[in-house]
Parts: sequence; C-alpha cells; structure tokens
Amino acid sequence: MIVVARAYLGLILVFLYAPIIVMGVMSLNASEFYALPFDFSTEWYERLFANEEVLAASWRSVWIALVVATVATTLGTMASLALWRHDFPGKRILQALLFPPIAVPWLIIGTAMLVFFFGIGLGRGTPAVVLGHVALALPYVIITVTARMQSFDRALDEAARSLGARSWTVARKVILPYASPGIIAGWLFAFAVSFDQFVVSYFLAEPGDSTLPVLIYTAIRKGFTPEINAIATIIIAVSMTLMIVAARFARFGGTR
Amino acid sequence: MTRAERIRALGLLAPAYLWLTVAVFLPLSAMAFFSLLTEVPFGEREWSFTIANYTEVFGNPVYATLLWKSLKLGFWVTFWCLVLGFPCAWILARMLKGRSREVLFLLVILPFWSNALVRIFSWAIVLRGNGVLDRAVNAVLPWDVNINLMFSEPAIIIGLVHSYLPYVILTTYLSLQAIDETLIEAARSLGARWPRILWRLVLPLALPGLIAGAVLVFVPVVGSFMEPRLLGGRFGTTYGTLIEDQFVAVFNWPLGAALSFILLAVVLVILAAASPALRKAAT
Repeated sequence: MIVVARAYLGLILVFLYAPIIVMGVMSLNASEFYALPFDFSTEWYERLFANEEVLAASWRSVWIALVVATVATTLGTMASLALWRHDFPGKRILQALLFPPIAVPWLIIGTAMLVFFFGIGLGRGTPAVVLGHVALALPYVIITVTARMQSFDRALDEAARSLGARSWTVARKVILPYASPGIIAGWLFAFAVSFDQFVVSYFLAEPGDSTLPVLIYTAIRKGFTPEINAIATIIIAVSMTLMIVAARFARFGGTR
Repeated sequence: MTRAERIRALGLLAPAYLWLTVAVFLPLSAMAFFSLLTEVPFGEREWSFTIANYTEVFGNPVYATLLWKSLKLGFWVTFWCLVLGFPCAWILARMLKGRSREVLFLLVILPFWSNALVRIFSWAIVLRGNGVLDRAVNAVLPWDVNINLMFSEPAIIIGLVHSYLPYVILTTYLSLQAIDETLIEAARSLGARWPRILWRLVLPLALPGLIAGAVLVFVPVVGSFMEPRLLGGRFGTTYGTLIEDQFVAVFNWPLGAALSFILLAVVLVILAAASPALRKAAT
C-alpha cells in the first residue's frame, strides 16, 4: 500500500515539476525551437543580460516588491497585533474584511482598481501598482502574523507588566521578538505576492514602464523566444527559494 | 477595554484598513457606479446614467454563452483538482510521518507560491506540437502519434489544474489531519470495510476542507483570462478574456465594469453559499 501511495505522490510531483524543469533545461538549449538533441548553450542568458528592457522591468519588479513587502509588513503587523491583543465589537467584521482581497478574482480587483484610480486622477503607473500590491499583500501578512501570535503565552505579557514594564517596552522586548518569525514569513509572502503578481500589474502598469510578469505576458503573446525561457527560469528559481525560506519561518505543515 | 487602549487599537488598525478601503473596497464600489454610466467620466466627455450596459449583457446571448463556458471550465478544473488532490492529501496526512512528510508537503505546496504566469508558459513549451510531450510519447510508443494539445480546451484545463491543485491539497490535508485516528480504528473494529469508512466517515469529516479547496479553485478559474489566452489561443475566449478586452483593447470601460460586476455577483453568491463550510475549514 505504501508503495502505491509513494508512486502516486511521485506522479503528482512529476506533474507539478516536469514542465518547470523542461523550461529550465530548454533555456540552456541552443536551438530556438526546442530541437533535440540537446545542445548546451548559455546564449539565451547572455542575450537576456544584454536586453535593456528586460533588465529595467526586472529591476522595477524587485524594488516594487521590496517597497510593497516592507509597507505591507509594517501595516499588517500593527493591525494583527491589535486584533490579537484586544477584544472589541466589530472585530469579527474586521477579520472577515481580509477575505475579499484574497477571494475575489484578481481580474475583478484589477479592473476595479484601474477605473477607480483613473477616477481619482492617479491613473496608471508605478504608484498605482504599489498601492494595489500592498492591499493584496496585507491580508497574507495579517493572517501569518496572527497565526504566529496564537501560540504566545499571555502570561509572559502579564509577567513583564507586573515587573513594571510599560506597554511600549513590552511590545518591543517581549511581543515583537516572539512575533518575528511570523513577521519575517509575512514579509516574504508579501514580497512573493508582489513579485509574482501579474493580473493586477497588467491593468495598473503603464505600457513601456511595466513589471517583469507583464513584460513576459506581452512578449509571449507576440511570439516567444528562448530569452523568455531564461528569465522565466530565473524568476521561478528566485520565488521558490524565497518560499523555502518563508516556510522555514512559518513552519507550514510541520509535524504536530 | 480602557479609553487609552481603544485609541491605541484604533491607531494600530487604521492604516491597514484605510489602505484596504482605498485600494479594494472603494474601487469595487466605484466599479458598480461606472457600470451604470454611458461614458467614462474623465476629462470633457459627456456622460449620463444608463442601464444600457446591463441590458446589453443580458440581451446578447454571446455574453451568457461565455459566462457559461467559464463556469464549465471552473467546474472541470475543480473536479480534476479534487480527484487528483484528495488521494494526495490523504497520503500526506495519514500515511507519511515526520521528516519525509514535511519535505513532501513543502514540495507539493511550493509551486503554488511561484509565478503563475511562468508556470503556464512552461506548459506551452511542453504541450505544443512537436514539443516535449509529443517527442517523449513518440519515443516510447512504437507507432507514430501526433500530440498537439496546445491551443485546445484540454490544454487550458491542464494548465489551470497545475496552477490550483496545491490549494485543494492544502485545505484537504488540514481537515484530514484533524480526523481522530481512534474513530477510524473504531469503525474497523466494528467490521466496516475501507470503502464504507471512506464514504461514511472520512469524506463527511473532510468535507469542509474539500469545499474550501473547491471554492478557492472555482472562483479564480471562473475569472481567469491569462491561462485561456496563452494555452487556448483561438479556443481561449472566455468571460475573463472578454473583460480583459474591454479594458485593454476595446476600451469600453463601462461595459467592462458591468461584466466585472456581474462576475463579482456570481462569485459572491458562490462564496456565500460555501461560507459555512469555509468557516468550519478555517477553524
């Protein structure tokens, strides 16, 4: 039985990873049309690093993600600590409000942001992208940090207070250090949400000033080249590495 | 809660929720407003209120056909995700232990946190005619077959199942893990066989997780446009691509807003119907 189970799991993993691995291998194949036999070449990577447009979009994507992750983590941590610490009327409503940004399809949110941002005169462009990404990332940060704080022993809080610590000191010396793995994981999730975000960026980014996923989408629709393979391989490597790090902090699916 | 505490809580909560209001809740309301206009109200353009966008959508069967197509696509993708995901979640939750479970779980969840667009693109390389799948199958089989799945309905379904399968595995895993082992042992000692245990015991207990997973797959798939576009080509016109076109190609924003708003209504109905199960799965 366990053999069948392992074989099945193996097949699922092949389904999940084979296309990604194929893409990675093909990015190192000299043939433009993915011809076999495989002929090793780094040509596409060289071309990629000479492509100004791709480099600019990559750089833009990275710094947008850095700004988004930092802002979302700061605001999200503040909110989740308040939600964790205090009981007040309407708390459940506030928690329920975190779901629309996750559950409503990005197509709807993206187009809604587009019309609204035009309506208030902000229009398209990087500020609009950042504004949108932070909102999408906030719920993930709040949920991650709140999950971490669930295991906090409230007696620690009381002990610190009874020893005369003020609430700011308790927050800084007791609560924040305890929350920090959740905060770090939340930051990484927020970074990933922004860095991998295509749909919302697609509607909010200025043409010619786009983020990396938007650039890739446009390039694929024009007819793809192995250069796209190369940049796609790099992206997937970066985001998977980030998530492995995040998972270490968030301890997903750990042994219970 | 004292007054000081209330002020502090408010100060901590306000920035995040103001941000969500400006970037999510106001835009969603603005879209409802936009969908009732004749023209986008920017610059010097004349505009007035109308329900023409809605009569257009409900009067022309093309829109209903595409919405139905997207709903069917959502159904099939959800179906395959559940069928493939449930055994996988069962194995992870009930048959593996310790380190190997941790590693395999991470491996299953990992693709879900990587770039969706890039993963769809990778399927384009695999599926196209004379592509990797075609060659691999022909290398194994003694006779010639021509596999060109690219730009077809199955290609869209494969790509979407690949994108959303980890969701179902994650939610089902969580609910399966919570099942008390002694319940299953009790059923077995009372003489129940595995099919009966699965049907009468495991499935009902895992249902909240399965429903949560199904909703998390169905909702975004109904609103998908990038996947059908890239993998479906000519066959890839869906309700989602229709909305995309209104905003980036045809520039009929009020109509696009009406289409988006109708989709939002459909999504909200689904979410509301599933909310008891979602709440159960969350706890």
